[in-house]
Amino acid sequence: MKFVDEFREPEVISRTAAEIRRLADPHRHYRIMEVCGGHTHAIYRFGLKDLLPSNIELIHGPGCPVCVLPMGRIDDGLAIAQDPQVIFAAFGDMMRVPGTQGSPLEHKARGIDVRIVYSPADALKLAEKNPDRHVMFFAIGFETTAPSTALTLMRAKAQGLGNFSVFCNHVTIIPAIRAILDSPDMRIDAFIGPGHVSTVIGCRPYEWIAKNESRPVAVSGFEPLDILQSIVMVLRQLKADEARIENQYKRVVPWEGNRAALRAMAEVFELRPYFEWRGLGFISQSALRLRESYATWDAERRFVIPGVRVTDPKAAQCGEVLKGVLKPHQCKLFGNECTPEHPIGALMVSSEGSCAAYFNYEHRKTAMVSSISSVA
Amino acid sequence: MCLAIPGQVVELYPDQPNIAVIDVVGVRRKVDLGLLQDSLPVEGDWVLIHVGFAMSKISEEDALDQMRTLRALGEAEAAMQEVQGYGLENTENLEES
Repeated sequence: MKFVDEFREPEVISRTAAEIRRLADPHRHYRIMEVCGGHTHAIYRFGLKDLLPSNIELIHGPGCPVCVLPMGRIDDGLAIAQDPQVIFAAFGDMMRVPGTQGSPLEHKARGIDVRIVYSPADALKLAEKNPDRHVMFFAIGFETTAPSTALTLMRAKAQGLGNFSVFCNHVTIIPAIRAILDSPDMRIDAFIGPGHVSTVIGCRPYEWIAKNESRPVAVSGFEPLDILQSIVMVLRQLKADEARIENQYKRVVPWEGNRAALRAMAEVFELRPYFEWRGLGFISQSALRLRESYATWDAERRFVIPGVRVTDPKAAQCGEVLKGVLKPHQCKLFGNECTPEHPIGALMVSSEGSCAAYFNYEHRKTAMVSSISSVA
Repeated sequence: MCLAIPGQVVELYPDQPNIAVIDVVGVRRKVDLGLLQDSLPVEGDWVLIHVGFAMSKISEEDALDQMRTLRALGEAEAAMQEVQGYGLENTENLEES
């Protein structure tokens, strides 16, 4: 149990938690999905579940970019990296994500030139520094990250830099939410909307969720109080039988989003007809690729890639966990074969993945409690 | 991946309007301002940074809150590692292998 006084504003947290209990109808079961992996991490880290009545279930959404990336795409990127000319550059989050022949880090150990960058702009810089090599940036992320890749590509084009390309795996959040709402085995009552994606896309793109699907959405910040306040917002709406988009994270998220970022994305990217998501399958118009005018910097056009669809390890139930049908610990591999130290599925790799978050906070806590009680 | 890091703009270059030097808890690095070109920050402003790009202007109070949140989430170290890595600095693994 998390003690309320460990929080920064314990009285406000207590009041908000009490308000949640007051608003929740004891005869009703609520399934609220937090879309963003950052929220999933915060919920486990702060033990927020302990502050909620048992009839409020938080369902962890698909908003963890490395978690939803199908293994075949990792294999494709690493296939390009086999070319000794190529430097494979990616964010640190990607390094331990397993492909069929191992993770990027394991490929590095085998002599493949794999480098961590913290910014797509630094992958470009790497290309400038290595004119006799080709730097391929393995791009992942939602709309939070895609504008930075877009601007980097615009800079590469302006410089006429030929030894740089992007292997684009950018995905968009709205079609994933649509797929979840269309899925017959998932009943979601309301959404906690992603904070940082919304700084780019704003709040307008969520309006159909309220209008057409009658589900409330609260775009939320990442502090414990932010998340609890967002739960209050959606519960109030559910109680009043309303559905609106509310912006709890006004201090950072403008309703209209970031126009400069949206312009950069529109200049460089177009929607793919469909893209495969781990756990959710193929979703129409859910990912970005480079426009024809950026073909020179498009790794998928410059290199021959296997493009083989790879199924997840049979025993791993990442798909069911991603859809919220199973809780992380209900997967057969959880905590035994699949741990943050030795991840089999991507949900165990990223700190934003629900399995890693569950393992680090819930599982270790439970293990500690049972070891203490066995000593006692 | 959702990490957004607060920093203060400490230096701007008149000849490079897309670059700012930002200070994150004492670590200074150049970040790209391309995503804020509709309302560029001035020296002293606070911004949220994601993968080397400033993505929104925020108040000082919110910047301090955000740093506290990162600390509480156990992500402050990763955030500082990220900032230190901007510009390919202090990233040993980027040396020729």
